[in-house]
Amino acid sequence: MLHKPSLPSETTAAGRSRPHDSATKHVAGAALYVDDVPEPAGTLHVVPVGSKIAAGRILVMDLEAVRAAPGVVAVLTAADVPGRNDVSPVDFDCDPCLAEESIEFHSQVVFAVVGRSREQARRAAALARIEYSETIPVVTVDEALDQDVVVMPDYAFAQGEPDEALDGAANRLHGSIRIGGQEHFYLEGQVVLAVPGEDSDMYVLSSTQHPTEVQHVVARVLGVADHAVECEVRRMGGGFGGKESQASQWAALAALAARVTGRPCKLRLDRDDDMAMTGKRHDFLVNYDVGFDEDGVITGYDVLYAARCGYSADLSLGICDRTMFHADNAYFLGDARIATRRMKTNTVSNTAFRGFGGPQGMMGMERAIDAIAWTLGLDPLDVRKANFYAGGRDRTPYGQTVEDNILLELVETLEASADYRERRRRIAAFNDNSAILKKGIALTPVKFGISFTLIQLNQAGALVHVYSDGSVHLNHGGTEMGQGLYMKVAQVTADVFGIDVSAVKITATTTAKVPNTSPTAASSGTDLNGQAARAAALAIRDRMAAVAANEFGVAAESIAFEGGRVVAGGRSLSFGELAKMAVQARVSLSATGFYKTPKIHWDRAAGLGRPFLYFAYGASCSEVTIDTLTGEMKVDRVDILHDVGRSLNPAIDIGQIEGGFVQGMGWLTTEELVFDAQGRLRTHAPSTYKIPTAGDVPEDFRVALFERQNREETVGRSKAVGEPPLMLAISVFCAIADAIHSLAPGARVSLDAPATPEEILKSIKAAMRAS
Amino acid sequence: MRQSIRYLRKGVIETVEGLDPKETLLDHLRLTKRAVGTKEGCNEGDCGACTVVLGRMRDGALHYEPVNACITLTGMVDGCELVAVEDLAEGDALHPVQQAMVDHHGSQCGFCTPGIVMSLFSLYQEGTRPVSRQTVTDQLAGNLCRCTGYRPIIDAAMSVCAGLATDAFAREKAGTVRSLAVLHDGVDVFVGDEQRFFAAPASVDSLARLYLRHPDATLVGGATDVGLWITKQLRDLRKIIWLGRVEKLDRLSVNAEGISMGAAVTHARALDVLAGVDPDLGELMRRFGSTQVRASGTVGGNIANGSPIGDLAPALIALGAKLYLRRGDDGRSLPLEDFFVAYGKQDRLAGEFVVGLALARLRPDEAFRCYKISKRFDEDISAVMGAFKFTLEDGRIAGARVAFGGMAATPRRGKQTEAALAGIDLDDSSTWPKALDALGRDFQPIADMRASAEYRQEVARALLMKALVEVAGAETTETRLLGRRERADAA
Repeated sequence: MLHKPSLPSETTAAGRSRPHDSATKHVAGAALYVDDVPEPAGTLHVVPVGSKIAAGRILVMDLEAVRAAPGVVAVLTAADVPGRNDVSPVDFDCDPCLAEESIEFHSQVVFAVVGRSREQARRAAALARIEYSETIPVVTVDEALDQDVVVMPDYAFAQGEPDEALDGAANRLHGSIRIGGQEHFYLEGQVVLAVPGEDSDMYVLSSTQHPTEVQHVVARVLGVADHAVECEVRRMGGGFGGKESQASQWAALAALAARVTGRPCKLRLDRDDDMAMTGKRHDFLVNYDVGFDEDGVITGYDVLYAARCGYSADLSLGICDRTMFHADNAYFLGDARIATRRMKTNTVSNTAFRGFGGPQGMMGMERAIDAIAWTLGLDPLDVRKANFYAGGRDRTPYGQTVEDNILLELVETLEASADYRERRRRIAAFNDNSAILKKGIALTPVKFGISFTLIQLNQAGALVHVYSDGSVHLNHGGTEMGQGLYMKVAQVTADVFGIDVSAVKITATTTAKVPNTSPTAASSGTDLNGQAARAAALAIRDRMAAVAANEFGVAAESIAFEGGRVVAGGRSLSFGELAKMAVQARVSLSATGFYKTPKIHWDRAAGLGRPFLYFAYGASCSEVTIDTLTGEMKVDRVDILHDVGRSLNPAIDIGQIEGGFVQGMGWLTTEELVFDAQGRLRTHAPSTYKIPTAGDVPEDFRVALFERQNREETVGRSKAVGEPPLMLAISVFCAIADAIHSLAPGARVSLDAPATPEEILKSIKAAMRAS
Repeated sequence: MRQSIRYLRKGVIETVEGLDPKETLLDHLRLTKRAVGTKEGCNEGDCGACTVVLGRMRDGALHYEPVNACITLTGMVDGCELVAVEDLAEGDALHPVQQAMVDHHGSQCGFCTPGIVMSLFSLYQEGTRPVSRQTVTDQLAGNLCRCTGYRPIIDAAMSVCAGLATDAFAREKAGTVRSLAVLHDGVDVFVGDEQRFFAAPASVDSLARLYLRHPDATLVGGATDVGLWITKQLRDLRKIIWLGRVEKLDRLSVNAEGISMGAAVTHARALDVLAGVDPDLGELMRRFGSTQVRASGTVGGNIANGSPIGDLAPALIALGAKLYLRRGDDGRSLPLEDFFVAYGKQDRLAGEFVVGLALARLRPDEAFRCYKISKRFDEDISAVMGAFKFTLEDGRIAGARVAFGGMAATPRRGKQTEAALAGIDLDDSSTWPKALDALGRDFQPIADMRASAEYRQEVARALLMKALVEVAGAETTETRLLGRRERADAA
């Protein structure tokens, strides 16, 4: 059931549903991913090999048998690194490309084999003889809290006087929730091809969301200037944040192998290695203390989020900050303190994952809301609505004012269309008559801040050429990981020229065309790159308009570009004719475009600012059934209403909403990461780590767009859509808790995430004991 | 004897000589043929990105079934038509399945898409029309997509599988059948030498002789487990004997007394027959692996493999199945539960192989229930799998067979529970606890990444409880979230 926004005009590309730029290539098996590109002659294959312990030191590393194995051309260790042995994303935090002596997590790369075939290199790897001295690893958040080990200092911000507000609250409760991590499970694993050139040049074809960082890290590891390294990305087979900072190590290893051997080198992680060697969504322990009145209105709040960051900082600074920015989700907290601890563990360094810490922030808040409702005997939806930001109650804990309070209207629209109240009554009746199966329902909101909270990242560049036949070459700093960015930016560009989107050639992202780019992350791809491409196209269009004005003898302002033609004063030319005319008149038809997000600022030391240009909103209503004997759960129906501003491409936006929701549902239900006491990840393959399948998607799944243009001047007045829908899945988790709550009304449900059958049964037993 | 592998692709018979016996079909396509449309996602048969379709003759008809190329050995396509994603479009015209995926916005990152297209292609050829949503989601259970949330893919499938197949494969069916008949030469295949070979004997006798000569060879049914020995454990399997061409080993017979099936019967074929024994068994099979795994994996392989979970084994033990083995010219049979000696150890001599199994039908006074508990409903290995057969007499349980997977090092009966069940009154639940309590004496499960020991213990008890509630006939009580017996009946 799709909601189609009104179309700007039939001749406009933006605002219309168009297939993904590579759709026909995808279905025909003709879309080339890094591993599919024909290998240059003599290509070698790199296999990184992980440590067998989680904490300790390498005593002896005897790799002679590896070197002597059939097909082995080289074996790489830290000693081979000519530059700096560091692949970390920020401030030379020192994530070694190859371990030197100290081992910080199980599967940390200790050496790499370069072989004529991938299979030969994999076989040779097993011949290494390594002796370690082992120490007891810190694996869990609790262990890290016990030992008080962190990857960076604690951080908090506050508004008002939270302690006094809590002491004076009419009601007060403390609670906690554990929130598990999540494996990205991009279908295409980490992969890169490095081809050495003349001088110290290195061409890197990578599956990364951050080509500029891959360029910089490769240059750093090889000890060459940035200009010697070119990184290109045509497409990824999924990213989800997992290829933001953590594609760099594999690129650096491949480039190092290429430097040492002088031959092209490819590195593609086996799935098990990928899951063990790359970071995941942070898992958290949340402790909250909330004060509230008889209507459930929050009057004071104090919360601490403790994150498992893994062995190093990676992007944990920004991730945990974003947890804090979303610790309020959609609610005015008044006097509130939001605190985070970034715990260090002997596990792989956790990293960006769609939502970037925000989802965990919201989960803590939504549990607090549910707990208030259970305590007061109110419908959780009423408590939610009573706490929404509104005029006069619009200042966030970090000082930004919420200017567009559209959430109440959005939620009430969904409440009506999903028939929430009537279904709640029917569910209560069902539960009264059903001994084994119980149902639950929840309607939860999402308010997600759009902009990188590291202000400098909010910039983008683009490069547009118009050729003399009127065809257009488009390049920008954003990467395509499936989200449809390339098509959206092409639509925006086509509209500037008034031409069909098929006349715009979408080209691979490369650091040689657009430099110093930000990662394609924070849902910002279209907002930033769409504006940059638009700026480039406008610059060319202005020059072309001047040529046309001269030809037609009219003012340049009166020239219109529409329907593939250039029109003024009753005369017209095809776009291609004008392009040819411009070239003959020696007018440049190439331009760069640049964009930086306005209005935003953030003072981290003070904990004050406007980190976000705007918020994207959404709400979802989920109904579930649980089996109280076994803990099994089924999602029966989901209704979603989501705010994408004025959609640039409804089909792509709907795809992001549905896909994000299902990914979030997996995070909160079946996707369980299990580390053992030795710090080994036991769920390192899809046989043991269970992302949703087609059968898990609710049969009754109603998704609609909330049609409202962005009040900020974004491209086409659209809103970002990559991350916010993931958090719509919190309604599934809350509906499960609601079903459990029906067993013991008034008791507080202890459900943690993910709500696996085992976790649900545990929570059911706890609820029964409480009643 | 033939010393090459032959298969049909795009109307041409391809011949492979000098085969590395352990080469996977995915490597054959991507590395040898440089056909890179088929993707590697997990290299263990769980994600479906590498799905290709095999056209095979079965009971006189041509069937197109999806398999995971990453854990299928190249030799196993002998005698088949191989269809990869590049083979579907006719010139610039996309196949109807491909076009539907485009029209419904069914791809985002596109990496799972070739595999999904192939699974839907198989449904397009095979499906009863119009397909139900359940048929589509069952078909796709082995195709993971991380981007779309599946809705547009399901819509694409429902729209394109609405009429009869009219594509090139349907039009050229007669020719394909003739070509496959040519390939079906009925002779033993042996590629390699005495030290390293891929063999596909054509008869049980030649299988018995070959295996007696090479008891160190690896017997392969569908390679859904052996494939992982190769791709994940990097075992250098030098001698492989594939059972897929052994005449009569895939025989499935159903008569008044019961069912007998050869070791090489695939789960896909066993599904319908087992669903006829009891709807729960059909539901169990529906959730067994994925469509790809069921199309490859065999009943005999599942048992001979000796997995402590093995989903099918506990159900068959509860039903009293009998297993048939052969070594050289000697045959023997034993109750299935006796086959599983200890973890990783089965009652099978060197050179001995599973021939098949037999199973009696349920009598009118017998009730059967089985339940699988896993983190995810589809394509997951169970944490606990419980199977129960009760013999009823005047509202009492006169006798019981109880078997569990995931509760011990092997699939096992719970004999103390069986004893405690005898005589209990179904109408009086106060008589049940002694049987429920006995489970704790029968089984001391372990904790692993799938579940804790406590949960396994608790859920085993819950499953027995559920079986008792259901058999006691509390018709008004909704007792399960999925696998309703009437729905399974229809399947």
